[in-house]
Amino acid sequence: MLTLPLIILIALLVLYPAVYSIHLATLNKSMQKFVGFGNFTFLFKRDTFWMVVKQSCIFAVTAVFFKALIGFIVAHFVHNIPGKKQRKWRGMLLVPWVIPPAMSTLAWLWLFDPSYSAFNYTLSFFGIGPVNWLGDTAWARFSVILVNVWYGAPFFLIMYLAALKSVPEQLYEAAAIDGANWWQRIWYVTLPMMRNIIAITTLFSLIVTFANFDIVRILTSGGPLDRTHIFATWAFKVGIEGSDIPLGASVSLFMVPILAIAAIFILRDVNKRGNEA
Amino acid sequence: MSTLAIDKSGPTRKVKLGSMSRDRTWALRWSYFFLVLFAIFFLTPPLYMLITSLKSSAEISAATNPWWVFHPTLSNYVELLTSNQFLRFFWNSSMVAIMVVIVTMLISVPAAFALARMKFWGSATLATGVFLTYLIPDSLLFIPLFKMLATVQEWTGITLLNRWYVLLFIYPTLTVPFCTWIMIGYFASIPKELDEAALIDGASWLQTLTRIFIPVALPGLIAATIFAFTVSWAQFLYPLVFTTSVDQLVLPVGIITSLIKGDVFNWGQIMTGALLGAAPPLIIYAFLMDYYIAGLTAGATKG
Repeated sequence: MLTLPLIILIALLVLYPAVYSIHLATLNKSMQKFVGFGNFTFLFKRDTFWMVVKQSCIFAVTAVFFKALIGFIVAHFVHNIPGKKQRKWRGMLLVPWVIPPAMSTLAWLWLFDPSYSAFNYTLSFFGIGPVNWLGDTAWARFSVILVNVWYGAPFFLIMYLAALKSVPEQLYEAAAIDGANWWQRIWYVTLPMMRNIIAITTLFSLIVTFANFDIVRILTSGGPLDRTHIFATWAFKVGIEGSDIPLGASVSLFMVPILAIAAIFILRDVNKRGNEA
Repeated sequence: MSTLAIDKSGPTRKVKLGSMSRDRTWALRWSYFFLVLFAIFFLTPPLYMLITSLKSSAEISAATNPWWVFHPTLSNYVELLTSNQFLRFFWNSSMVAIMVVIVTMLISVPAAFALARMKFWGSATLATGVFLTYLIPDSLLFIPLFKMLATVQEWTGITLLNRWYVLLFIYPTLTVPFCTWIMIGYFASIPKELDEAALIDGASWLQTLTRIFIPVALPGLIAATIFAFTVSWAQFLYPLVFTTSVDQLVLPVGIITSLIKGDVFNWGQIMTGALLGAAPPLIIYAFLMDYYIAGLTAGATKG
């Protein structure tokens, strides 16, 4: 009885739309005729679609990798800081995650501004630039990933910090007595102890990054020439701005396989640990 | 030659003996050094927001040093905080966020209570299902939801699209699963003896929930509330798709669509708006950091 509102909410506004989008994907643009896999075969023939697939994968994998790496490194540094100061540093370093991404991306957009703004001004002292941050394909991709890393790394930092704290100190002492250097300590003690958290955080972040919309939308809107579009932004462009709802639905459906794989792994992990407890 | 030989054999032991604490201080110094670097990376955009928000348009377009304010002015703040349009965005955002928090709590706390304590047919499956829905991103659902709302609007004649209150139905799909999930974790960690004692004393389920579970799991409840608030405050895609008229917009969409006029970027105002938009979550975070972090890590560690 108590779960009824929950069930209704999920069924009506999550499950139904999910199924409905499959139905939508089989209609023609005016949504009056059934076209079967017509939208999909149409997409397969378009270069832009394959570009979006490629870009989404590059975007998600690179961003998640650097988020995880930076999070891991910074977590170690924060972990080294004693007591009260650690709290302060942790508080400061989590700020990017707290600011709504739409707001902070605006700040980045302004930092990237080619003519008036900060990055090119600073770089000009080193005799570099001006760099066309968002207008040049390679730089635009770099910028989009950079902002995503900036936004997501603190999440990894916090997760890893929590995990680091749960590694018993004795293990490091034992390793030190056995003459392990810092690299061996990380490789043989820290990483195995943190494996679960690393796996689950990475998978989770993979889902979120893959489905990201705000950052790309605000920074480049997919430009220059669709070179930074990812699934979500392209689906928005095709489906809402181009008012071809079925085609947009088909585009966003292509996120499902990757999301499903990541979700299955997360679920396995969560259940496994549920059983251990 | 001889000194070299001595260096090689002699001091190695000495260094080993005194190395523990020296290693530590050096590790600490390096940690601080790198943390400062990373802090610069992490804090540049928000600080730059603040710097720009204190500048007049004239100073911004004068192309002076962008990292410094030469003539600080609050005119951007005054202008925005007296503009009806901006206050309208702020009001819409607050209304949506606060009401979504209430709706979320009303749905997820009883559900979490039931899932954590009452074993009924399908309860385990439902708990897993709740977690799975948390993993479904907004960018997968916005197109079918848009079409659904349009269809419902056609059938019933109730205007749903382009009204801020439609967000009250949509946002809970993002907040409820996670809040239910972490509340299940908190409720499950309450010892069974506690509610058994309450039952023996003749408490109904409702009384057990309000008198025992909610007070004991208050930290979890606060964490869930903060989560629900920040998610609804920051959500960008749904309001961008579902609302278009200026008076119906929430803050993130409002700033982007109304302060950017064509190709004219009034950066002083945009940054001020962004900073004001980022303020509520930042203030909550500043005061309730521990709850915030508890909620953040709970998703993965409480499972």
